[in-house]
Amino acid sequence: MSNLLGHYNYWIVIILMMTGFYTVIARPNLIKKVIGLFIFQTSVFILFISMAKIEGGSAPIIAEGISVYSNPLPHVLILTAIVVSLATTALGLALVVRIREAYGTTNEDEIHVQDEQD
Amino acid sequence: MLLANLPALQVVIPLVSAPLCLLLRNPRHAWAWATLVSTMVLAVAVMLAQRVYAEGTISYAIGAWATPWGIEYRIDMAGALMILVIAAIGAVIMPYARRSIRHEIARKHITLFYTCYLLCLTGLLGIVVTGDAFNLFVFLEISSLSSYVLISLGSTRRALTAAFQYLVMGTIGATFILIGVGLLYMMTGTLNMTDLAERLPAVTDTRTIRVAFAFVTVGVSIKLALFPLHIWLPNAYTFAPSVVSAFMAATATKAGMYVLLRFFFTVFGNQFSFTAMHAGEILMLLAVAAILVASLVSVFENNVKRMLAYSSVAQIGYTILGISLASTAGVTAGMIHLVNHALIKGALFLALGCVFLRLGSVTLKDMHGLARHMPWTMAAFVAGGLSLIGMPLTAGFISKWYLVSAVLAAGYWPLAVLVLVSSLLALIYIWRVVEAAYFNAPDAAMHKVKEAPASMLIPAWLLIGVNFYVGIDASLIVSMAQQAADALIGAALQ
Repeated sequence: MSNLLGHYNYWIVIILMMTGFYTVIARPNLIKKVIGLFIFQTSVFILFISMAKIEGGSAPIIAEGISVYSNPLPHVLILTAIVVSLATTALGLALVVRIREAYGTTNEDEIHVQDEQD
Repeated sequence: MLLANLPALQVVIPLVSAPLCLLLRNPRHAWAWATLVSTMVLAVAVMLAQRVYAEGTISYAIGAWATPWGIEYRIDMAGALMILVIAAIGAVIMPYARRSIRHEIARKHITLFYTCYLLCLTGLLGIVVTGDAFNLFVFLEISSLSSYVLISLGSTRRALTAAFQYLVMGTIGATFILIGVGLLYMMTGTLNMTDLAERLPAVTDTRTIRVAFAFVTVGVSIKLALFPLHIWLPNAYTFAPSVVSAFMAATATKAGMYVLLRFFFTVFGNQFSFTAMHAGEILMLLAVAAILVASLVSVFENNVKRMLAYSSVAQIGYTILGISLASTAGVTAGMIHLVNHALIKGALFLALGCVFLRLGSVTLKDMHGLARHMPWTMAAFVAGGLSLIGMPLTAGFISKWYLVSAVLAAGYWPLAVLVLVSSLLALIYIWRVVEAAYFNAPDAAMHKVKEAPASMLIPAWLLIGVNFYVGIDASLIVSMAQQAADALIGAALQ
């Protein structure tokens, strides 16, 4: 039991990841797909950040009397990954706007029907 | 000074040029700038490849931060071959792009097109030169994000949905790779690929590393469009502008393939990937399915661009088949086919772009009797088609020869039969185009159709020429591919 609860950060990651992934796959609404994708990516950020935490570790600033530091590198990596994810979301939403202009809908099934008619 | 910094320049030149390109509002200036930059990129790639060929692997520390703390750029023979392919295709399509893009993309978007093209080139080259697993993810996303934009610039509204579908799948793939890299970092505390390779054996028998391997493999497989994760590819190639189809088919999936090779052989190591995780068997099965299913779909396809897109899925299968053997001969065959397929599909898509420029359509029905009006374009298509089928004296024959020998050496004779059968399928679908263009009477509307301009025909014929050159004298490419395979597999043995 303590093993299950002790890894609660991983459970949050997995729940978020699957929520996002499910939304991407199952929702026909393109905007919801973009949201799902964003949640999916966010879960990975938490995975990275939580692995950097070391129990009892302090912020990585050299100070007297402190010998254990948390690892700052994953935070830096995730800063980059957040920028990437932001760009992806912005581009995805921009595409949805263009799709809505061209098709008059943001529903994947309706778009599919229109494509079949072409 | 300049020569010492070539690995950085390879990426920095197109990266810095992209925003400058955006400042040039005039489409013609943007084109001239992008052409100049891609020529410089090719020059750098040639110099780098020569140095690797002469001196062996180049290691370059970005900002002089020593490895493994800083980001390392590392170019071995496999990388040198890849940057040559990407930079050469990138430079060859530029003269072609001017007319084709003016025809297919709205004037106000042309500058944006060349900006995204330069970013895409940056990303693809970065993927190849970097020796850092996280840096690889960043470059992968640079190339992917810009290629979503490039695809969405296609002339029909379906380009938008194709780009969106690719965005969703591509992001899932990239995020999978990110998870894999994160798990690797968790176990080893390093991101440098050489360093990872040294530290992994100590922790290799853990669930974390196995999960990391699975995430990376699936993520990269989406990026390189391995069957059955290829569903983004046919729409993306069909509805993208012609130049983009040629560029993507010749470079983007190839860069994905390179990432797979890097992770399998350099990072995880031959032993872990193929013996412990049985990746070889799984890849072989998927490769066989890709070759058969995608070739069959191609045969029944009436849109020629989509036909070539499915054919690309089959050709990716050939390369993966070579890699899945995990032998030096197999990886050599894979590398040779990787290069040759870039030449073949590049040429075919360029020829098809000429057809689209004059005809406004690429369906078989509209191409009836086209060869009488566009003889040079269709001759290029037929020559590229012969290479795709694998006729002797073409690059395609060299690929298939080495692939079949590698497969036979490993004792899988049914796979050799499969390669021959799928070559027959390629013959059928190329023949359908030949039949439509050469043996059917043209419509009345066809009289207005003229031959494509020389600026578009010359790049297409240049690639065809290289195809025949490789087919006649394959010694250079084979020796480079062998050294590349040695570099990859040798790194795993250390």
